[in-house]
Amino acid sequence: MSRVNVILALVLVACALAVVQAQHRARTYFVELERLKKEAHGLDEQWGQLQLEQGTWANPARIDTIARTRLGLVAPPHDRVRIETVTGAP
Amino acid sequence: MNYHSRKLLKLNLAPWRMATVGALLLAGLVMVGGRAFYLQGINTDYLQGKGDAVANRNLTLPAHRGQVTDRHGQLLAISTPVESLWARPADLALTPDQVAHLARVLDLSPADLSTILAHKTRGEFAVRRPLTPEQAVKVAAMGLPGLSLRREFRRYYPAGEVTAQVVGFTNVDDKGQEGVERAYQDWLAGRAGERQILRDRHGNAIRDLAPIKTAQMGGNLTLSIDLRIQYLAYRELTAAVAKHKAKGGSIVVLDAKTGEILALANQPGFNPNNRQNYKPDLMRNRAVIDTFEPGSTIKPFVAAAVLERGLFRPDSVIDTPDDFRVGNKLVRDDHHHDRLTVTQIIQVSSNIGAAKMAMTLTPQQHWEVLHRAGFGQLPGSGFPGESAGRLRDPRTWKPVEQATMAYGYGLSVSLLQLSRAYMAFANDGEVMPLSFLKREPQEITGERVFSAHVAREVRAMMEAVTQEGGTGTLTRVPGYRVAGKTGTAHKLVDGRYSPNRYLASFIGMAPASNPRLIIGVAIDEPMDGVYYGGSVAGPVFAQVMAGSLRMLGLPPDAPETETKMTENTSSTKGGA
Repeated sequence: MSRVNVILALVLVACALAVVQAQHRARTYFVELERLKKEAHGLDEQWGQLQLEQGTWANPARIDTIARTRLGLVAPPHDRVRIETVTGAP
Repeated sequence: MNYHSRKLLKLNLAPWRMATVGALLLAGLVMVGGRAFYLQGINTDYLQGKGDAVANRNLTLPAHRGQVTDRHGQLLAISTPVESLWARPADLALTPDQVAHLARVLDLSPADLSTILAHKTRGEFAVRRPLTPEQAVKVAAMGLPGLSLRREFRRYYPAGEVTAQVVGFTNVDDKGQEGVERAYQDWLAGRAGERQILRDRHGNAIRDLAPIKTAQMGGNLTLSIDLRIQYLAYRELTAAVAKHKAKGGSIVVLDAKTGEILALANQPGFNPNNRQNYKPDLMRNRAVIDTFEPGSTIKPFVAAAVLERGLFRPDSVIDTPDDFRVGNKLVRDDHHHDRLTVTQIIQVSSNIGAAKMAMTLTPQQHWEVLHRAGFGQLPGSGFPGESAGRLRDPRTWKPVEQATMAYGYGLSVSLLQLSRAYMAFANDGEVMPLSFLKREPQEITGERVFSAHVAREVRAMMEAVTQEGGTGTLTRVPGYRVAGKTGTAHKLVDGRYSPNRYLASFIGMAPASNPRLIIGVAIDEPMDGVYYGGSVAGPVFAQVMAGSLRMLGLPPDAPETETKMTENTSSTKGGA
């Protein structure tokens, strides 16, 4: 009888320790999850800002000015353009 | 053992001292017990609340507004977080040094900053919103008492002025005020979520106390606008308005096959990223909201009406005497011709010819054609504040009104509406529903306005407009066949037709063999002496059409011999 009690007591202690351990692990993982969520959020914002930056660089008005003034490009005159129609699969 | 019996250990205390100490100890116990009972039992809710306030937090999960992009994914509007600087007057205690430093960061004079900070208010107020990212880092590093950074979403419009009136803008509360931002407010707006968390001593979240209400991000929107064409249209329109010292102008580019609006620009414009010189007049989308009397651009509809009823054929000859009267009103042409075919009436834009054709119709028949073409009805683009124009009940038409209506007076249209109606000619009689959103080709069904046969005949007449002898020779695009119609309308000023204020317009389509694009241009009050639609609006059309056809890679349809650009003669005079 007393032996059973001792074993049960030991099991109880083990369980209690396991609960503590599990709780601790849960918290650690939760903190980790929070950190990653924050990181994802931050990356999302960065993505938005980069898109904005890209949109600003790709502004047609800017490209137009650079192409004309700095690079000296012109639209080809009509008689220099030939339109080819592709027929069939390549 | 009996301690009392030992002499040495016998306590010789007066009983009152025992009683006093005993009473004091008891009183202490009662006090502690009472206090514990008070805190645990009676005051527990309050204290629990205090404790929760420290450990529990309600977080709002921010939801940002959706993006708006053009049809190829180019960004037109995006919300991105920015920091702004807020002050709480109660906690403000800055040394002069700190003020000077902060002023340097914010690009202010210390005196100005002091005035701002002296602002008396109960809660918090914004010192600067938004800060640039560099400023935010510097201010955060200073760690000043009473000043805090707050994160907010701000909306940016990378294309700026070019798409200003179409995309519109939002107010401080992120609510759409104009344009697409307003029309699709519900779709674009996000819904903020909420979560309750338990925090530890360091302020880290430990666990969720309640199920998370996830934030609903705003939906993204892909417009039908093609930013490259939009930019081209905006650039050419702006140049033309400046060149002709005009009051304003609009341009619409439609995909004739799908009804999508590929570009829509107006002048004057504004920059939605910087609204300090906010003037409501500048942000009006004139092409959709403003109406005007269309003038000669209405004539193709009269021609279509008489062709459809078999009253005339394109080569029927009509006398156009210069003393043609309806009632007591003399109908005039700028250039006299004795007789013209129906095609020539369109080509040289004869008012007399158009009026004579219209008079062969009953008012009801005449009205029906205009009604079917969508005049007097909302064009259905879904744009806020869209205007239906005006088309009166035919039972109230007097003969003279019917005659003037044949050359575009007595009814009003918006440029978008007029361009939409031209889809009937471009698309073999079918008008596609307009759309500001990109759409898949299979989801469209058109509405038949004319028979394919009539639409083609009228298109051929409109092609003559751009050929030698027509009013629109400046609208030619090398390599392509172009069809269109010029319009030069006297403006109604204070109830009278002004002799020198005009609205010059041109609506055209290309490639004429199978039109893919419709472009409508209207220039309001050109003031440099040139005012004919063909010479003011025509060149804008030609430039934008040439560029757009190239961008879309459409094969030229003009015969090789004609592809050499014929010299643009100055014979661009036309009817009013």
